[in-house]
Amino acid sequence: MSYLDFLAEHGGRYIDGTLITAAQFLLAAVLAILLALIAGLMKLSANPIAKGVAVTYIEFFRGTSLLVQLFWLFFVLPLFGITFDKFTTGFIAVGLNLGAYGAELVRGAIQSVPKGQWEASYALSMSPATQMRRIILPQAFVAMLPPWGNLIIELLKGTALVSLIAVSDLMFEARQINGSTYLSAQAFGTALVIYYVFARLLVTPFMRWLERTMRRRMGRA
Amino acid sequence: MEDMSRYPLELTGADVPMVRFMNVTKRYGSLTVLDSLDLDVTEGEMVTIIGPSGSGKTTVLRMLMTLETINGGVIYVDGKPLTHMAKNGVLVPADAKYLRRARSSIGMCFQHFNLFPHMTALQNCMEGPVQVLGLSKKEARARSEELLEMVGMIDKKDQHPSRLSGGQQQRVAIARALAMRPKVMLFDEVTSALDPEVIGEVTNVIRKLVSEHNLTMLMVTHQMGFARDISDRICFFFAGKIEEQGPPDALFGSPQRDRTKQFLSAVKEAD
Repeated sequence: MSYLDFLAEHGGRYIDGTLITAAQFLLAAVLAILLALIAGLMKLSANPIAKGVAVTYIEFFRGTSLLVQLFWLFFVLPLFGITFDKFTTGFIAVGLNLGAYGAELVRGAIQSVPKGQWEASYALSMSPATQMRRIILPQAFVAMLPPWGNLIIELLKGTALVSLIAVSDLMFEARQINGSTYLSAQAFGTALVIYYVFARLLVTPFMRWLERTMRRRMGRA
Repeated sequence: MEDMSRYPLELTGADVPMVRFMNVTKRYGSLTVLDSLDLDVTEGEMVTIIGPSGSGKTTVLRMLMTLETINGGVIYVDGKPLTHMAKNGVLVPADAKYLRRARSSIGMCFQHFNLFPHMTALQNCMEGPVQVLGLSKKEARARSEELLEMVGMIDKKDQHPSRLSGGQQQRVAIARALAMRPKVMLFDEVTSALDPEVIGEVTNVIRKLVSEHNLTMLMVTHQMGFARDISDRICFFFAGKIEEQGPPDALFGSPQRDRTKQFLSAVKEAD
């Protein structure tokens, strides 16, 4: 059986799996970005409760394995009466985990905005919220884009773990095809190529474009 | 604890100064930067603070902008306490909300300009009026363009700070501060970071402000000639105190105190 025959027979399942992976990726990325922003800001808060919540979240999700967190959400939470379907559990676990890493990027980028920017906006009598929204975050955003590019690719690869709770993503389909055909090289090789193409030809160029656009808006094109 | 009952809740009378430092002390840990400072600035007056580095000059401006908290005394602006607010008939340290309102009558320009890099010159000027004063975009634009015209930067209004020279950035920063219509303007070594050939364009803007507007201004500078030209009064600071003060000609022409004489001759030699 040639590789073309292999693709002709299983291509449809790879496409289905890729679409599920793309959905997991997008939803997890949105969740991770939101959580990173909230936890990053909370970690800088003067309020000890807000800070404590953020530190706990970051420490827990950064300090333990994504796979264990995934199993915990899927198998243990139902014992407490909280049940999500496997698709939802998948992107929530990935989003929670990568959001904890992202929170540190947000915090670091906010702190990297020069002191003079805080003082100049303070001198214009801005409220802390306006100051953050209009002056600090736009500059922090530009500073944190390159490391976010890295993290987003990590996130894409992290979504492969959701196959272990039987979300029918790309990795899940590859394992199924391998199980029924025993053509491991073709089955997993195809998945590798698709992950690589996804990261290299979609995610990375998008992040580069975003960096360029933001730099232009900062007047430093 | 300081007995706050000696400080009035408000300054009243015919000759209320625009700015009054009353017994103001500032410490960093065990180091006293300013020691029981008393200083009045009347409306429309241009006061320049000179002195050796570490003498507390910049701290005076930063306290007035409330960028630094004070450890003793009270600062009043336009008769009302700036650093404190009245609570049950005595002054207590102001909270963030009170400070935000109180400091809105003060504008400040910094040594390193601190323009917002993600905004054009015009957007820099409009930001405060729109976001803080609640002006419409149209009103804020008109006000900002008028000020950019005044500082000679209207041609560059759509440029980002990264495309402007230091002198140009500082002029935009002056327009940005003025767009908030402050009663008191603070200039903190605004020419110190500039190349010599562009210092003039910034000092000319300040000269124009002094001659055409009735703004109260405090300035810290190392440009002694400029200070002498435009100031109504010079305060020489030494070790956290006003060592000597007076009209420019008197202070530069016939200083009375030894430390003033030493400082001025050292500065003259450096020139």
